[in-house]
Amino acid sequence: MTAVAAPQMAPSLPSLPTRVRWATIDTLTITRRNLIVWYRVPTYIFFSVIQPVIFVLMFRYVFGGAIPVGNAGGYVQYLLPGIIGQTAAFASFGTAIALAQELQKGVIDRLRSMPMARSAVLAGRLVADTVRMLITILIIVGVGYAVGFRFTQGVVEAIAMILLATVFGLAICCIAAFTGLAIGDEESVQAFGLIWLFPLTFVSSAFVPIPTMPGWLQAFAYNQPVTYVIDTMRALAIGNLPIQANLLKSIASLAAIFIVFAPLAVRAYKRAA
Amino acid sequence: MSEGSSGPAIVVEGLTKSFGDVRALRGIDLSVPRGTVLGVLGPNGAGKTTAVRILTTLLRPDGGRATVESYDVVRDAAAVRRVIGLSGQSAAIQEELTGKENLELIGRLYHLSWPDARSRAAELLEQFDLVDAADRPAKTYSGGMQRRLDLAASLVGHPKVLFLDEPTTGLDPRSRLGMWDVIRSLAAGGTTILLTTQYLDEADELADTIVVFDHGLVIAQGTAEDLKSQIGGDVLEFVVPDRAKINDAVAAIKPLGEGEPHVDPDTGMVSVGVGSRGSDALIDAVRSLDAAEILTHGLALRRPSLDDVFLAITGHATDEDGQQAGKRRGRRGRPSAATDPKGRTS
Repeated sequence: MTAVAAPQMAPSLPSLPTRVRWATIDTLTITRRNLIVWYRVPTYIFFSVIQPVIFVLMFRYVFGGAIPVGNAGGYVQYLLPGIIGQTAAFASFGTAIALAQELQKGVIDRLRSMPMARSAVLAGRLVADTVRMLITILIIVGVGYAVGFRFTQGVVEAIAMILLATVFGLAICCIAAFTGLAIGDEESVQAFGLIWLFPLTFVSSAFVPIPTMPGWLQAFAYNQPVTYVIDTMRALAIGNLPIQANLLKSIASLAAIFIVFAPLAVRAYKRAA
Repeated sequence: MSEGSSGPAIVVEGLTKSFGDVRALRGIDLSVPRGTVLGVLGPNGAGKTTAVRILTTLLRPDGGRATVESYDVVRDAAAVRRVIGLSGQSAAIQEELTGKENLELIGRLYHLSWPDARSRAAELLEQFDLVDAADRPAKTYSGGMQRRLDLAASLVGHPKVLFLDEPTTGLDPRSRLGMWDVIRSLAAGGTTILLTTQYLDEADELADTIVVFDHGLVIAQGTAEDLKSQIGGDVLEFVVPDRAKINDAVAAIKPLGEGEPHVDPDTGMVSVGVGSRGSDALIDAVRSLDAAEILTHGLALRRPSLDDVFLAITGHATDEDGQQAGKRRGRRGRPSAATDPKGRTS
């Protein structure tokens, strides 16, 4: 140690590869923590596993009979891609609530005062939530198979559908991360932070064919990202539509969401006070 | 004390920070020598937490500068983060994880290997008397245990400078005393500590030096003894059990005191500063109260407490926001004694 009163020079930063390595390890550490927490809280398990299964069974056996669809295989074929898309979108509740909670409790302050990668908290949250979402999607596919759903377009298409659902869910998680950090209050986030998700997912092609809706609602339902994504997923799963019809629109709207909301989420994290 | 390094552990010069129209810090200067404990004392909203957040790199100041272990908190924020520990007002631990998992996780984030993270966690659990609870989820811990775990977490990286933002707020008296013991032993081990508190007795107990914050300014600093001597002399104090007689008692002793007597309406405690007239004032008080036929308990002369100091310097009690202010409370409700010399409304 040198005897100086003036500010001493900071030790030189580690090299870029070292920093990337540490950022990756920090992200995995935070991911691991988030997954342990998820696994240990019965409510979280309920919302991410039991509730979607109940939805599948309810729509399949209760509402399904009343919903006319034109595709081969009937309503269960129509339903599964829709419910997977809706579930992926709703996974974002967990993201928003967890970040707001951590902010409120001072966990984020503690982590930001430590010499760890600053990106890791947000990245670890999104990675964990994506893993969680993927598990939920696989469970729904399993339950779907039990109640009569079948992928009809082949393995590659089936995997592509699951990937698209995951990327879609991740995009909504970015919006939710921004919302959770910007609002920063768990109860407000829970009450109205993600209320916009309801019209967006239900006023879409997720559960009912859009032509059954009144005309003024159709205009919205046809031209919004959830419908683009779910129609693409449905095309990949059961081949009721040409895939190209909505693939470009899906990619464009997902890209737009990432471009706008990923930087907003990062900024909200940096500013979070 | 770290040998070979000179200069204070924390230096703050002219620090300012505003949030919109609220000027949280209006030019703070501080200097904390290595290995000492600085108590930052002040009511809610005085700027204590803002100062801690700037020093721990969580917030950028608007003006002025601050260094921790000679690293600038803005320019060398990454270096500052390597030498500090922070324990905040609420326990920033993950309640679903066990005590051990919480500490191991923090160890990993300090880039310890798994074996090192495990042994550091075990060490801290031992030091903070949490071994028996190590494998229970932290949400089953008492408030005092959660704070101890939080403090342990802030020590994982062997910080040279520790920031404790209201470490005992909300704790029951027993946990509070336990926390004091822990903080004392850390200080004895040579860690520089900056501690904020609303509790006057806490600063008195733990701090080598005390600074008093009010409305974003340092309004007084020194040792507890320095501050006490600022109000100049002794305090005469007694309890009037018959509340109906309080006004008579105040009238009887008013001529003896320097300034207005203070009355605590909850306890019937009457106190008045008597300057250096000490025992004469005591004898006079006995005579006047006896002549007025007022029965009192515990009539005595005492050295002023930091509570008296705060009232004398700021013109308002520390508990103006309804927060507890240590062992003696309830001073508000006596507006005549708390006339604000600076004309502020509190």
